[in-house]
Formats: sequence, structure tokens, C-alpha cells
Amino acid sequence: MKTRQAYPYWNPYIVGVGIGILIILSFVVTGRGLGAIGAFNGLMASVVHAISPDYALSKAAFSNYLSGIEHPLRDWVVIEIAGVCIGGLISGLVSGRFKFEVIRGPGISKVTRLIFAFSGGLLMAFAAKFTRGCTSGLALSGGSVMSPGAWLFMISVFIGGYSVAYLMRRLWN
Amino acid sequence: MELAAPLKYSMQIPEVYLLLFALLTGIAFGIFLEKAGFGNARKLVEQFYFTDMRMFKVLFSAIVTAMVGIYWLSYLGFLDSTQIYINGTFIWPQIIGGLVFGVGFVMCGLCPGTSCVAVFTGKLDALAVFAGLFTGLILYAEVEPQLAGVISYSSIGDISLYELFNMEYGVLTFVIVLVALAAFWFAGRVEERIAKRTA
Repeated sequence: MKTRQAYPYWNPYIVGVGIGILIILSFVVTGRGLGAIGAFNGLMASVVHAISPDYALSKAAFSNYLSGIEHPLRDWVVIEIAGVCIGGLISGLVSGRFKFEVIRGPGISKVTRLIFAFSGGLLMAFAAKFTRGCTSGLALSGGSVMSPGAWLFMISVFIGGYSVAYLMRRLWN
Repeated sequence: MELAAPLKYSMQIPEVYLLLFALLTGIAFGIFLEKAGFGNARKLVEQFYFTDMRMFKVLFSAIVTAMVGIYWLSYLGFLDSTQIYINGTFIWPQIIGGLVFGVGFVMCGLCPGTSCVAVFTGKLDALAVFAGLFTGLILYAEVEPQLAGVISYSSIGDISLYELFNMEYGVLTFVIVLVALAAFWFAGRVEERIAKRTA
């Protein structure tokens, strides 16, 4: 079988400058930066609302995304993240990196990987509610406009990550 | 100046064009993230094992670029910095939340934004991250009423670092650029060291 060679990754500094320019454009046009977790909030609110409107409106965490607006999905960050999905797909396809697979370290089973992936996602969603933003909306965008909280968040993410990295090394290496 | 940005206000751009701009910005963002290697959880967590610090390099070169650009645009009067959104600071929730976020990040290897790129390049582990994120949001909605006091504790409002430190905007921008350049150099040295040790 012929193995397709993936194109190499781009230089991280070129990518960084590119994303920086996107953030500048975003502030110039809309007055705010990029985001990510907000799209999950909006999507979740609309899904819960579709299943059970009463339940969704009774929970502040969802109703905040439902009241006073036309539709929770007709939102800047939701559309932006839809774009991220499209851009990722295009780039993955043209770079030869689109492949159905479970990314994991050599020493763990697929099931272990999926359990940790699920748990990590759960912790991040919870944490992002406390911090009011994730790596995109708070660290990248807030960091660029010098929000003190964004810098506290970034430093804490690195401390949190590095403090458990050794414990988690079997997951990845 | 007449045309002061944000253009959304000064030019009264219709919502549909803003959403189109959101889509195009998102597509470019997604391409950049994928090209950086961030659709792959194992590549991203190399940051935490010092073998490839590209997460740090991308994050900080993006912030420094945007910070310098936004500073100059407001200095030259093109961007009205009083009209742009600055994330509010909640000291303890953001410290504790950041620590937990970092733990979650190493456990799953992706953040909410990069998990989208991973899912759309076929990475099935990222689907589990999606499931975790959605479950987390449902659980949070259940416990939110009990947490109301905790999550708004130690708020200092929407101020910026240069206001907090009572510094000149430009001076602080320059200092952060210098620190970032030193950090990029240091990150390169760390990678070399680790590469030599494992060779």
C-alpha cells in the first residue's frame, strides 16, 4: 500500500504572526477578539433548548445564551468556530493529515485514551466557566489587549499542565 | 478621526457581513491551527515534555503581534481602544480555573478550539473531548446556582495591565515584547538540550 506523505508543519512563528494579524483584524472590525468555548456554550444551549425548552430556560447557564437574541447559533463566535472546523478540514485534506485515528501514546489502549480525553474535556469546560474563557477567547484575545485575568489564566494553565505532565507521561510518550 | 475602528460601530456594518467576516476569520484560524500541528493532541502536548515548544511559540508570537498592532492602531488614532472588549479580571476564579484547565489540557491534549480542528481531521479522540466538554457544560448548569458567589469572587473589573500597574501603554507593550523575545530564545535552547539528551 502506498503511504501518503504528509506535508511538514509550518514554522510556529509564522503561524503565530498570522493568528496575531487575525486578532488585530477582528478587533478592528468587531471590537473583540477570537473565541472558542463560547461556541460550545451557544451550541449546547440551543441543543438543550430543542430537547427541553423549559429545562433550558430554567438554567442560567443556558438561558443566558437564549434570551434576547434571535437564535443562539446566529452568533459571532459560533460562526467563527464553524469556520475553524471548515479551515481545519480543508488544511487537513490538502496537507495529507486527514485520517480517522485515535491519537495516543504507544503504551496505552484506545479505551484509556478516550477516557482521559473525555475527562480532560469535562475539566476544561468546567474550568472555562470559572475563568470566563478558554485559550482562544481569554489567553489569546484577552492577552493581546492586556487583560490581567488573561495573563493570570495563561500562567496558571502552564503551571497546572506542567505539574501533572510527569504523572501523565504514559498517556503520550 | 472619522473612521475610527471598531468598524462595526463606526461604519454600522450589517450583522450578516459581520457573520461572513466571522466565518472567513474562522476558516483562516482553522487553517493556521492545523498547519501548526494543533489538530494532533500528541503534537500539542509535546509542549509539556519540552520536546517541541510550538504551542508556547505560536501562542506568544500571536499575542505579541496582536498587542503591538493594537497598540500602534490606537496610538495613531485609527482604533478607539475604549470601544474594544477587554476580558474582565476575576483573580481567584481565573487562577484556580487556569490550573484545572491546564490539568484537563494535559489529560486530553487539546483545548476547545484545537479540538474542533482535531475532530474535522478525523481524530476520534477529539470526539471524546467534545463529549467531555458538553458533559461539563451540562454538569455546570446543574451546580451553577451553588457557585454564584464563588465564580464572581475577587473581581477587579475590566481594567488592563497598564492601568493596573499605572504604566504607559507603549512602555508596557515594549517590555512584554522584550520578555517574549527572551522567552523564544530560551524555548529554543530548552528544545536543543532535550534533543541532545535523548539523541
